Amino acid sequence: MKFGVVVFPGSNCDHDAFHAVGTVLEKPVEFIWHQSENLAGFDAVILPGGFSYGDYLRTGAIARFSPVMRAVEKFARSGGLVLGICNGFQILCEAGLLPGALMRNTGLRFICRHVHIRVENTATPFTSEAQRSQVLRIPIAHAEGNYRCDDATLVELKRHDQIVFRYCAPDGSLDPAANPNGSLDAIAGICNRQRNVIGMMPHPERAVESELDSTDGLVVFRSLIVSLERLPAAKVS
Amino acid sequence: MLETEIKITPRLVAEHGLTPDEYARILKILGREPNFTELGVFSVMWSEHCSYKSSRIHLKRLPTQAPQVLQGPGENAGVVDVGDGLAAAFKMESHNHPSYVEPFQGAATGVGGILRDVFTMGARPIAVLDSLRFGSITPQPGLAPEIVARNRRLLDGVVRGIAHYGNCFGVPTAGGEIAFEPGYSGNPLVNVLALGVAPKDKLFFAKARGAGNPVIYVGAKTGRDGIHGASLLASAEFTEESQQKRPNVQVGDPFLEKLLLEACLEAMATGAVVAIQDMGAAGLTSSSCEMASRGGLGIDIDLDRVPQRETSMTAYEMLLSESQERMLLVAERGREQEVLAVFSKWGLDAVEIGRVTGDRLMRVRHRGRIAAEIPAQPLADQAPIYDRPRAKPSRPATAAPRVPLAPPGTDLTQKFRHLLAAPAIASKRWVFEQYDHMVRTNTLAVPGAADAALVRLKGTRRALALATAGNGRWCALDPRTGAMHAVAEAARNVAAVGARPWAATNCLNFGNPEKPEVMWQFSEAVDGIAEACRALNIPITGGNVSFYNDTLGQSIDPTPILGVLGLLEDASRAVKMAFRTEGDLIILLDGRGSAASPTTVSGAANSDALLEFSSSEYARTVAGVVGGTPPAIDLAAESRLIETLVALAAQRLVSSAHDLSDGGLAVALAESVFASSAGEGGFSAEVALRSDVAAAAELALFGEAGARAIVSAPQAALAPIERLAAQWGVAAQVIGRVTRGLFQLSFDGASVLSDNPASLRAIWAGAIERAVLEGAAE
Repeated sequence: MKFGVVVFPGSNCDHDAFHAVGTVLEKPVEFIWHQSENLAGFDAVILPGGFSYGDYLRTGAIARFSPVMRAVEKFARSGGLVLGICNGFQILCEAGLLPGALMRNTGLRFICRHVHIRVENTATPFTSEAQRSQVLRIPIAHAEGNYRCDDATLVELKRHDQIVFRYCAPDGSLDPAANPNGSLDAIAGICNRQRNVIGMMPHPERAVESELDSTDGLVVFRSLIVSLERLPAAKVS
Repeated sequence: MLETEIKITPRLVAEHGLTPDEYARILKILGREPNFTELGVFSVMWSEHCSYKSSRIHLKRLPTQAPQVLQGPGENAGVVDVGDGLAAAFKMESHNHPSYVEPFQGAATGVGGILRDVFTMGARPIAVLDSLRFGSITPQPGLAPEIVARNRRLLDGVVRGIAHYGNCFGVPTAGGEIAFEPGYSGNPLVNVLALGVAPKDKLFFAKARGAGNPVIYVGAKTGRDGIHGASLLASAEFTEESQQKRPNVQVGDPFLEKLLLEACLEAMATGAVVAIQDMGAAGLTSSSCEMASRGGLGIDIDLDRVPQRETSMTAYEMLLSESQERMLLVAERGREQEVLAVFSKWGLDAVEIGRVTGDRLMRVRHRGRIAAEIPAQPLADQAPIYDRPRAKPSRPATAAPRVPLAPPGTDLTQKFRHLLAAPAIASKRWVFEQYDHMVRTNTLAVPGAADAALVRLKGTRRALALATAGNGRWCALDPRTGAMHAVAEAARNVAAVGARPWAATNCLNFGNPEKPEVMWQFSEAVDGIAEACRALNIPITGGNVSFYNDTLGQSIDPTPILGVLGLLEDASRAVKMAFRTEGDLIILLDGRGSAASPTTVSGAANSDALLEFSSSEYARTVAGVVGGTPPAIDLAAESRLIETLVALAAQRLVSSAHDLSDGGLAVALAESVFASSAGEGGFSAEVALRSDVAAAAELALFGEAGARAIVSAPQAALAPIERLAAQWGVAAQVIGRVTRGLFQLSFDGASVLSDNPASLRAIWAGAIERAVLEGAAE
């Protein structure tokens, strides 16, 4: 089992994801340079948070054209597990691996704080170890996390159970006041229809050690590990 | 007309901010008249900002030696040994004038500049703190609404600028403080402190070695931005025309800086880098002549090779440009390809623009001619040093108004609510949530959760604590005492989390040093810092002086900001401020011990206690009075309290710790209550005070005497706490309990303050956001 953490110019949560997987969960992990076009040997790929390519033009808009993203697309099509966190989620949307887009927060400001999110779907490789409706306390840190898609896409997302996390109150209720960025339908994370690609704005890698206030992010990484142990290795051409 | 043909006239010299005496000195160093380019080079290097010409003789009085100091003042940042083979590099710098002229870019480039100072040393930045000062953001009698609106815009722009740069760069903005005083309306203060860590044996210095070694320019291209930023913006008073200096403010690109960080650290790891310095104030000029001067060598650069983003730039413009995100490094001859390859990997310009020479000259070539040729060491180090006249201001502090005290038994709840809503006291959540304070996953206490920012050092059990402090209101009344309080408070903050104060940096913000009163304030403040640092055994490892904080002839309150770094050997023993368990005892620690007897209430109008109370936040906000004196300081008491706090944390005896500062005991208690409701808890406090603490209820609740802290602990820990405190000569008095009920304070048996903690919290939590949004709605 080997994890890869992609390093784009401007990624700045790459070390954090690396630390969570390698040091906290003690699984093999390597950095993948953005110019790499070969993901052979990796079983799961993390697109970390940060400001890839300065997020110039639009968040994730330039990163999607980097060589590594061609490889990530292939990897995803062949069933490889891809976790996009924050900027990684934005890149996955830009790359068309996930539907929709992430717009400016409604308050038009960067927000860094712990929020509560509810697990809406446990039938994904990223949430299999969670309980349905389990409430996780995980930090967000973004200025563009306001998820948007058109009505037809939202209907599709719901029909195929692709909404994985929603922002919620501490007791798990959906409360508009608990939605930090104005996301449509309080969406905090979604997956593709095949369930092997997920994007989420909250940072699970920041919530894996008790001294950092919360360990609720562990469930995402534990699910991933359990899923990889169960799944045959992804076929990468 | 070619620059070399521009005639040097007395007027041109004056326009460059150089005096006739300074010009005579230049003639002597060169043995001839400077050309226009050389005049520009001297003017920036000898500006107040770069040369410290008015402050040097005073700064010598600061204590800088201690066994843990690896690098004292004079380098890009100070460095101390923090154990386990690691070194911490840290420094604070101001970006006041640029932030007033252009708040977003001014603050952003302030962050960028200090980050470069730290990673230039080979240290990866792990935390940033900001010490900010603004004019009032709430309506005040006698203050024009447009001034209040402008202050709000400045706050908003500065916060956005800091967020923009730090968030993208990927360093947690983990703490700092903000204060609001009328004197900063025309001159806000933006002081940024950056902390980095590196292996102790892998530090880099800005000292050129080896004649013949190549000089390599890396990072952003040079443009015309920021020319004379150091000399004209930072080293002169503000006037009506200052807004026209917006083009002198640099524009920052945090993405480029992030690439520069990664590339520099990677290039350093090759072992082929001999010396490195960032191009900050005075850009290419200061980095090249300072590296040469420190190494006792010369430098020869060719401007035609410098990457440029504009065409037809003159030598003068290129040498004085303050374009951001640039570095100059010296590589080992024969290994330059290793360095160039790293920068190429990160997509950055890296060009050999010259070489180190043995002739001690800074020689600059441009278009086939020598554009400048100046002895490097005199240029970098022989700026004139001034012992400017000093004069104590005539206004006697004792003539200041006094706070009228409420009659005994008065309910103080409404006054307390008023105090909690004051921006200086209110929660700074609206500000720090715009900063990514968690990136790199080392932040053990989010802003507002503990007295100091606390970042762990991965791979060790250690953590570093950092706090900034500085009270301009107190320094205006008595700069020496006020400066001592700044040291003491920052040290107390660090100790409250359990860390031992280890080293300090400073940023000294003052008015025009050519005014004798300002120079007196400065000298007094330096003496105060020196005395406090000696008493608390804290070496100063560097800092920054910002003079000319004057707008339209009005100087700011003298504002020395101290940043104290603390070392916590076992991060798991860190202590935060939140109350944690119902029923815990609340204990007031007073380093003054039994000496802390209250002054008598009879004839209180003339007592020292009342004079001291007149300079408090309560006096200003609730009574509308600013005067008197800062609280008397007892450095031995501060030292005893610090030792006690560190020992209490090390022995895991306390559940929480919080020092007493702005707003006194009542505010400290409230903050420990409010912090507890951020997570699961939601506690309150019931506290009974007696007149053996202070002569009157208001003095007891809101007085700001130093050397005090509140801790909470289970009953079982009381005896060991008392023993430990007694051992250090610190008074430990149980004053109340952590509860789940009303927030209640009594004085001599009579209730003086009682309210619902959630209601109090709501006032405190939203005050700043309400003030700023009100501004946006106007």
